Amino acid sequence: MDVLLQQLINGLILGSLYALVALGYTMVYGILELINFAHGEIVMVGAMVSVSVLAALTAAGVPVALALPLALAAAVVVCVVTGVLVERVAYRPLRNAPRLAPLITAIGVSIVLQNLAMIFWGRQYLSFPPVIEVQVYDVLGATVSNVQILIFVVAALTMGGLLLLVNRTRLGRAMRATAQNREVAGLMGVDVNRVIAATFIVGSALAAVAGLLIASYYGIAHYNMGFILGLKAFSAAVLGGIGNIPGALLGGLLLGVIESLGAGYIGDLTGGFLGSHYQDIFAFLILILVLTFRPSGLLGERVADRA
Amino acid sequence: MTSKLLITLVLGAASWSMPAWLTAAETIEIGCVAPLTGPQAHLGKDIENGARLAVDTINASTPTIGGQPVQFVLLVEDDQADPKTATVVAQKLVDEGVKGVVGHLNSGASIPASRIYAENGVPQVSPASTAVAYTNQGFDTTYRLMANDSQQGKALGQYATRLGKRVVVVDDRTAYGQGLIDEVVKSVEASGGKVVGREYTTDKSTDFTAILTSLKSKRPDVVVFGGMDPQAAPMVRQMRTLGMKTPFMGGDGMQSAEFIKLAGPAAQGAIGSSPGLPLEQMPGGADFTKRFGERFGKVQIYAPFSHDSAVVLIQAMLRAGSAEPKQYLPELAKTQLDGVIGPIAFDAKGDLRDGPVTLYQVKSGQWQPVETIGGPAAK
Repeated sequence: MDVLLQQLINGLILGSLYALVALGYTMVYGILELINFAHGEIVMVGAMVSVSVLAALTAAGVPVALALPLALAAAVVVCVVTGVLVERVAYRPLRNAPRLAPLITAIGVSIVLQNLAMIFWGRQYLSFPPVIEVQVYDVLGATVSNVQILIFVVAALTMGGLLLLVNRTRLGRAMRATAQNREVAGLMGVDVNRVIAATFIVGSALAAVAGLLIASYYGIAHYNMGFILGLKAFSAAVLGGIGNIPGALLGGLLLGVIESLGAGYIGDLTGGFLGSHYQDIFAFLILILVLTFRPSGLLGERVADRA
Repeated sequence: MTSKLLITLVLGAASWSMPAWLTAAETIEIGCVAPLTGPQAHLGKDIENGARLAVDTINASTPTIGGQPVQFVLLVEDDQADPKTATVVAQKLVDEGVKGVVGHLNSGASIPASRIYAENGVPQVSPASTAVAYTNQGFDTTYRLMANDSQQGKALGQYATRLGKRVVVVDDRTAYGQGLIDEVVKSVEASGGKVVGREYTTDKSTDFTAILTSLKSKRPDVVVFGGMDPQAAPMVRQMRTLGMKTPFMGGDGMQSAEFIKLAGPAAQGAIGSSPGLPLEQMPGGADFTKRFGERFGKVQIYAPFSHDSAVVLIQAMLRAGSAEPKQYLPELAKTQLDGVIGPIAFDAKGDLRDGPVTLYQVKSGQWQPVETIGGPAAK
C-alpha cells in the first residue's frame, strides 16, 4: 500500500511539472496552431538563469527569502524576453506561410537556443544551491518532502491563475477569440499581434516557473535538459487534447502517474522480462491508444476542418 | 658549388658543437594520444605531461639500444574523446612510424584505435581505459595500467556485501554502467550477499523516484549504481527525500568532485571506487608529485599512469635491445617492474595483474580514501 501511495505521489509531482510545461505548448497551439518546439528550451533557459542568479546572490550573502524571489524574477524576465524575441523574429514573419515552415523554424530555434546556452553556460552541469533545507514528512507510510509540496502548490497556484486569466479577464477573452478565429477576431477590433505576444509572454513566464521548480527539485540544470522534457510535456499536451488548457493539466498529471507506476511495477509485472528502462513504453502505449480512439485527445474537441 | 660547401661547413660545425651522444643518437618515436580539447582536455593534458616526464627523464640517462645511443621523442595527438577521431589519429601515428603508443583515455576511443595499432603491430599501453572489452579482443599489442571494470565491479561487490547482505543495483544501460553492474552482481553473489532488486535508467534521466520507491520496498542494505555523476547526484538526493538512509555506492563514473558539488549535502557518506591507488599511497607518489609539480603543476589523475605506460614501453625496448615492435613485444609481455603506481606485471590479456581498486567515501565534502581492494596490498 505504501509503495502504491508513494508511486502516486512521485507521479503527481512529476506530472505537475509536466503539466506546467505542457501549458506552454497548448496555449501557443491553441492560438497559432503552431507546435512551439522551442518551449522546452525556454524552460531550460529559466532553469539555467534561476540557478546562476541564485548561486551568485547566495554567494554574495543575500538571504534566501530574498534571493529566491529575485532568482525567479530574473528567470521570468529572461524567459519572457527570449519568448517574445523568438515569436517576433522566427514565427511572426511565417505566420501565413505553409504550416510546415514554422514547424521547422521551431525546431531550428530550439537548436539555436540550446547551442547559445551551451556557449554561455558551458557543457558542465550547474548545481542548484542547497538553499532549501529538505524536510521529509511521513504520510500514511509514504514520504513527502517540503520541496515536493512546494512544487505541487506553486504549480497548482500558477495553473489556477492561468485559468482565471483566460476565463475571467479581457485579455483572456481576446485570447479565446483569437484562438477561435484569428481573422474574425482581428475584424472585431482585437489586436491579434498583441494577443499573440501576450500568449508568448504568459507561456514563457510559466516556463520560467517550471524551470526554477525543476532545477530545485532535481538539484541540477544543464543546457540540453529541455529537449526530453519538452518531448514529454508535448506528449502530455497531446494526451489531454492539445489546445485545451484543462487538457494539458490532465495530460501532464496522467503522464506523470503512468510513468511512475510503469517504472515501479513493470519489472514485477513482467517477471523481470522488461526492466524499468522500458518505463516510457507505458506512457507512449497509452498515448497511442488514446489517439487511436480519441484523435483529438482526452478533453480536446473535434476541430472542424476549415475550408 | 658554394652552397654545397656551406652545407658541409654547417654540418661540420653542428657536429662539433653538439655533445657526442646526441649527434650519434638515433631517435625513436612514441605516440601519445588523449583528448586535448573539449571537456576532458585537462585530463588529456595530464596524460601528455606524465608521458613527457618519463621520456625526458629516460633521455637524460643517455639510454642505448644494442650499443647505439638513442633518444625518445613523444608524438602527441588529440583524439577529442571521439571514437572516429581516435581511429584517424591512430592511423596517422602508425603512418609516421611510431614504435609504441601511450593512450588513449576513454575506452570508447581506445577500443577502435586498438584495432589499428594491432593490425600494424604497434604496442599500445592505455593509462586510463577501463572497459573490459579493451583487452578482450585477442590483440597481442593491447595493454593497460588501470584496473579494469571487472576488477572494479568485483571490489565494489565485495565492499557492498560487507555493508549488508541485501544489495540492490541500478545501471544506466550504457556499456560502462551495465558492464560494471554485471560484475558487481557476480561479486555480491560470490561473497555471500544477495541481489534483491535490479532497476534500470538511462544516461539522460533525472527522475529516479519511481525506481527508488520500488527498490525501497525490497528493504535493501546498500544501493550500488553503475553510471556517471549527472545521474548519481540527483539519485542520491531523491533517495534521501524518499527517506532511504541506505548507503549509496558507485564506480569511478561518480567518484568525482562534480558529484559532491551536484549532490550537495546528500553526498555525505556516499562511497565511490576508483581504479589504482590514491596518489599519496603510491610507492613513488611523493617523489612523482614533486618532480611533476616542478614542471607541470598539479597531478589530475592519470599522470602517474601515463608516466609508467611510457616507462613500460621504453624499458621493454631497452631490455630487448631493439625498438622494433616484433622484437620487443615479448619483453613487454614479461614486464616486471616497480613503477610510480606500484608493481607492474601483465596477465595473458594485457591487463594489469592484481590491479588495485580504491574505495573512497565522502566525508565533510571531500572524497577520502577508505580502503584499497586487490593490488599488492592484498597479498
